[in-house]
Amino acid sequence: MSTLEIKDLQVSVSTDDGPKEILKGVTLTIDDGETHAIMGPNGSGKSTLAYSIAGHPKYDITGGSVTLDGEDVLAMSVDERARAGLFLAMQYPVEVPGVSVSNFLRTAKTAIDGEAPKLRTWVKDVNAALEQLNLDPTFGTRSVNEGFSGGEKKRHEIAQLELLDPKVAILDETDSGLDIDALKVVSEGVNRFRAKDGKGVLLITHYTRILRYIQPDRVHVFVDGKVAESGGPELAEELEANGYERFLTASV
Amino acid sequence: MESALEQAPVVSHLNPPPSYLLGDHPIPTGREEIWRFTPLKRLRGILEGEASADHLTWETSLPEGVTLTEISAEQALEIGELAPNDRPSALAAANAGAALLLDVPGDTELTEPVVVRLHGESVDHLVWGRLIVRAGRFSKATVVIAHTGSARYSAITSVLVGDGADLNVLTLQDWDDDAVHLGRDAIRVGRDAHVRHTSVSFGGDLVRMHANVEYAGPGGEAELLGLYFADDGQHLEHRLFADHTAPKTKSNVVYKGALQGQGAHTVWIGNVLIRKVAEGIETYEENRNLVLSDGCQADSVPNLEIETGEIEGAGHASATARFDDEQLFYLRSRGVSEKEARRLVVHGFFNDLIRKIGIPDIEEKLLETVEAELAKNVLKGL
Repeated sequence: MSTLEIKDLQVSVSTDDGPKEILKGVTLTIDDGETHAIMGPNGSGKSTLAYSIAGHPKYDITGGSVTLDGEDVLAMSVDERARAGLFLAMQYPVEVPGVSVSNFLRTAKTAIDGEAPKLRTWVKDVNAALEQLNLDPTFGTRSVNEGFSGGEKKRHEIAQLELLDPKVAILDETDSGLDIDALKVVSEGVNRFRAKDGKGVLLITHYTRILRYIQPDRVHVFVDGKVAESGGPELAEELEANGYERFLTASV
Repeated sequence: MESALEQAPVVSHLNPPPSYLLGDHPIPTGREEIWRFTPLKRLRGILEGEASADHLTWETSLPEGVTLTEISAEQALEIGELAPNDRPSALAAANAGAALLLDVPGDTELTEPVVVRLHGESVDHLVWGRLIVRAGRFSKATVVIAHTGSARYSAITSVLVGDGADLNVLTLQDWDDDAVHLGRDAIRVGRDAHVRHTSVSFGGDLVRMHANVEYAGPGGEAELLGLYFADDGQHLEHRLFADHTAPKTKSNVVYKGALQGQGAHTVWIGNVLIRKVAEGIETYEENRNLVLSDGCQADSVPNLEIETGEIEGAGHASATARFDDEQLFYLRSRGVSEKEARRLVVHGFFNDLIRKIGIPDIEEKLLETVEAELAKNVLKGL
């Protein structure tokens, strides 16, 4: 079972001109096993939502709540949130020079599970995850995200998703900058994750393209820091045909 | 006439000409370019240069074929000792009298490293050291010189790398808290020879190490690596000078340091001189410092003097920073605790460099030492 419940979430960032409100009351619930897509124009606050849930220190939560299976996510530290079962696939994964991918994966897995993974099965699992994402076996010896191509970074994020096996995954524009082949590989990885019991996905995207490969249960249109409209997959089709125009004019 | 002019000694603005004469190296006031970062008071009178019969204890492991012998000052000059370039090294040459010659004969390929362990009993001891490491033509060797215990130690070391030789030298400063160590390592790289010199400084109250390199012929390559970790009150200074005296030569400098605790101070000076004769050379120098707590100071000064534009490449980079919040966030978002994330970042910061050293036993020990240093302070209370 996994339910991510976001209620009236309000988030600000501090700027030179004082605090600036970015999320203006976001409410949405991802029920057990559901995939929700959040779509919206640039600057609508989609990434802020993702990073606020993950606990990035840049964002101040000024109101509302986020719970995972009833547990108060906002009261947890960044790493506690991950250990509670949240995973954020980042749009711009960060380089960690000198730390190999295999060391990083093992350290993360050990932290999430509370014990070191069994060596033999772990090596097998890592190799399988890398292979499924078309990542070379020598990938494990490279420094985390250092010198990775855009596609390698995203595939590495999805390899982590599969290996760390969270309850709810938030994918922040995982599709951006991918060619069609890489997009398919990444989508297949996400779909393998979704096929497991009770996994929730919050898929944040600017484009409808990825929704051809990952079918969402619900689609939310995000405009000016809140959900402007929610619907089924047909809402994505409408956006594909007409763009965000209707929502932008409505919000003014 | 023209070539005499070219070889005129006073060329570099940043490096006084080498000389055995103490008069050429007056007692500094602290305002001199080469002394302005060093807290002179903490040298505990070394610069006055009184004679001393004190010694460090030497424990050596010499593979077959390698010899360690005492030679006279005259012999040292004859075989090409590199003249002192500052007062402490001039004093060391003057006061040590005889020199020690560590000799790896030509065409010798060692499979085991030469290990020299130097140990001091007390900071009350004033010790002058004079060592020449000679790697003969086409030899291949690794030399490790480790310093432990305590002393006031000033040493002049010359490393003579024969044509076509491949020498890996590492000097480890693992002193007790009160030691003062002034070390001048100068390297002459033979034609088509390769040398890697690594300076690792963890201990001591004040450690000031020179690593100078010059070239006896074209095609020589020098890698100058360094790693330092300064704790509360420590002054660790590393001064590099790559003097490109021959064409088609290479120098590559990478020094990385971490600082933690009140009054931890590190200094890195990276001087490169590309002489007129040194066409087609390549040089790159890099210094990175990771500041782990408040109250530390890292000085980092790269200098490049170029007298010919006919070169392959010349560049430098210097960066001093605190923990990168984005790196920590990324790691923590994968469930890794803040403590473990910091450990990973520092480990990674040094790991890249440690892997270049090329002496497996030392690499492993250094990784452990870095962990132990971190455990002292950075991770405390997290």
